Amino acid sequence: MKYLTFAAATLCTTAALAETPVLTVYAGDYFTSEWGPGPVIEAGFEEFCDCDLQFATGDLLPRLLLEGTRTKADVVIGLTSDVTAKARATGLFAPHGQDNDALTLPIAWSDDTFLPFNYGHTAFIYNETRMDTPPASFADLLEMPDDVKIVIQDPRTSISGLALVLWVEAIYGDEAKATWEKLAPKILTVTKDWSSSYGMFTDGEADMVLSYTTSPAYHMFAEEDFTKKAAIFPEGHYFMVETVAKIAQTEQPELADAFMAYVMSENFQTVIPTANWSLPSALPQDQWPEGWNELPLPEKVLFYDETQAAALQEKAIEAWRSALTQ
Amino acid sequence: MAQRPDAVTRRFGIAAAFLVVAAIVLACVGIATRVEAGSMLGPGDWAAIRFTIVQSALSAVFSVVLAIPLARALARRRFVGRDALVMLLGAPFILPVIVAVLGLVTVFGRSGWVNVALGTIGLPGVSVYGLHGVVLAHVFFNLPLATRLLLQGWAAIPSERFRLTAQLRLSPRAVFRAVEGPMLRQVVPGALALVFVICLTSFAVALTLGGGPKATTIELAIYQAFKFDFDLGRAARLSVVQLVMAGGIALLALRLVPTIRVGGGLDRARRRWDAPQGWRRWSDSGVIALGAGFLLLPLAAVVLRGVAGLPQMPGQVYQAVWVSLGVSVGSILVMLALALPMAGLIAGRSRGGIEAVGLLGLSASPLMIGTGWFILINPVADPRLFALPVTMIVNAMMSLPFALRILVPPMRDTLQVYGRLSNVLGMRGWPLWRWLILPRLRAQIGFAAGLTGALSMGDLGVIALFADQDRVTLPLQMYRLMGAYRMEAAAGAALLLLALSLGIFWICDKGGRWNADT
Repeated sequence: MKYLTFAAATLCTTAALAETPVLTVYAGDYFTSEWGPGPVIEAGFEEFCDCDLQFATGDLLPRLLLEGTRTKADVVIGLTSDVTAKARATGLFAPHGQDNDALTLPIAWSDDTFLPFNYGHTAFIYNETRMDTPPASFADLLEMPDDVKIVIQDPRTSISGLALVLWVEAIYGDEAKATWEKLAPKILTVTKDWSSSYGMFTDGEADMVLSYTTSPAYHMFAEEDFTKKAAIFPEGHYFMVETVAKIAQTEQPELADAFMAYVMSENFQTVIPTANWSLPSALPQDQWPEGWNELPLPEKVLFYDETQAAALQEKAIEAWRSALTQ
Repeated sequence: MAQRPDAVTRRFGIAAAFLVVAAIVLACVGIATRVEAGSMLGPGDWAAIRFTIVQSALSAVFSVVLAIPLARALARRRFVGRDALVMLLGAPFILPVIVAVLGLVTVFGRSGWVNVALGTIGLPGVSVYGLHGVVLAHVFFNLPLATRLLLQGWAAIPSERFRLTAQLRLSPRAVFRAVEGPMLRQVVPGALALVFVICLTSFAVALTLGGGPKATTIELAIYQAFKFDFDLGRAARLSVVQLVMAGGIALLALRLVPTIRVGGGLDRARRRWDAPQGWRRWSDSGVIALGAGFLLLPLAAVVLRGVAGLPQMPGQVYQAVWVSLGVSVGSILVMLALALPMAGLIAGRSRGGIEAVGLLGLSASPLMIGTGWFILINPVADPRLFALPVTMIVNAMMSLPFALRILVPPMRDTLQVYGRLSNVLGMRGWPLWRWLILPRLRAQIGFAAGLTGALSMGDLGVIALFADQDRVTLPLQMYRLMGAYRMEAAAGAALLLLALSLGIFWICDKGGRWNADT
């Protein structure tokens, strides 16, 4: 084993890099794609940290739970508040040490362990050239003719799918099952993850897709396509926040702290919109990149904190499952 | 009775079989160490078990029933490009699932080619989502396999019989009753069982085309239990259910499944004096055209979509190509290291209990094996260093049953014919393999290697759990592109994946037959 590690070390790193401290950041799979937020964040942080930031991507939570105290992570980025209860229960995390008052979220945030770095709201996206009268409310959505087809994600495998069932739970509560029964004929299919759904939507296979209020921004700013819109509902939209947290037993506590501070810096926050196509968590709206202020956003925000989300999760998924299997 | 292979082969064969069993048992042990007492199988799990059985049974029946007219038409017709067509018809079976699903949606989806065509002539559209979508996709994958198995059956009928039926001027129906029917009775049950087992462990197909929670397969329930609920106990229980079910059917299938032979023998069209003319000739052409259309259109869809995306692919994709090629070649090597000695061991026995060990690999959930090994490796080493080796081993185990089906019969023949001579010459161990077995099995080894390489190329399986920045395979990279809104670039990566899978199959298969007389 020793030889293998040695061989790997000599092969993969130059002598100069070997002396540089390494900060290992666990992140979701989408993170390190060339257009994902990973490369920008890595370059931005390495510019001043005098270190080597390395991402380890994969299934965040299962991996942390499997590794337990033997985890190689120094920092974990990308857990949403709907699953942080399970992550917190591992006891692996340390306080983030940043000032929550600097956050510009539309909700109050008091958690001292999981620090938000961006947010968005669950929303149904449509193509205005293909849909004359988009639903103006969630109730409208339920009344749409059955030949309008929606793709959604499975709440048992996808974080956005989980947010959707919590969204329905937040609006309809005990009527959730009946709501799903009404929506069922309009659901074209349920995919494992967000990307399969979104691909079906951009291919024109579905009329609407469950995504985020910020999805149209990608089409506007990266493709100059202004036809994709988020349907904004007065009932409110479920709020999704992605967090970053520090591992308590990290061997690089200073670097990890520096990274947490970097997350809150203007430098980091200004790249979030165009790198992650979501909204920065600690940047006043007037400092958002050009054009982002005009993005239609919901006025009412629905949110369960991690304790409520964990408590409601099973009930919300079961309402979805039982209505859609009938 | 075949000559027994020498003691060296037997030892290696037993060791290989032992390794396969150990890999699975150890994974189970790994999981067992982390299982907390908890939930039994819930109503959702029982629904998943029911759905899995129903869709597998339907998929098997449709695949094989539709394969009968197609194989029959191919068996009695000769035309230009027939060999190429038979070769191409095999493509869906080795196609990466995620690529195939993309192609199927482009053709049969709501705004797909078929529905657009139906719409222009004023017919109602068809839906590809739900149980029938899952079955459609499974037929797409397994119709080619079933057709190949049946074509072998036809090829095995001595041509003298057809000459006789022609001399007796038997009608096509009578030919069917007298000659073809009895052959089908022998071949069909095995083909059904094989397709059933393959569909039983299906995962990715049901994810996109299932249409909702109604279409939850056991493998999908295992995935959910692992990755979302992190309920290892439930995942383990479901894995055992799957293992027992698939393993049971597989054992049964083992007695029935016909052996898979290399193309060479079955591609040759025999002269069929009885090939009926007139309308039957046109109906045969129709069946072949329909079959080719069904199997080739989704491939064409993947190519068309991908071409536009090729220039948009980032450099990371090409890096992933090398990782995937490495995994693919590694899987081939592991497969050969396991399959060759095991085949030698099985060939030397009159009845194959060892082959059942090979089938275990197909029935086990890759996710379960990956997670089990992760748990075992984690306390002693960084699992990331083992991401690629574990992926190779899992992929090799998945293709082991096919490899054994391909390798054992010619191995048995070789030992039967030359075993005594080599005994007299005192040739054993490595020289026996070097001078006798490997040269004579070249074509089959190439075929098995190509199949393994192609299946491994498209596998997404365990790598997702272990992956890091530098160990990304092409299917995983494709998913990442989709996750970053780059759907066109992802389509380009899908085309690359298609080309690589077919390419590695073609190279191995051709390589095995290079410079060979047959």
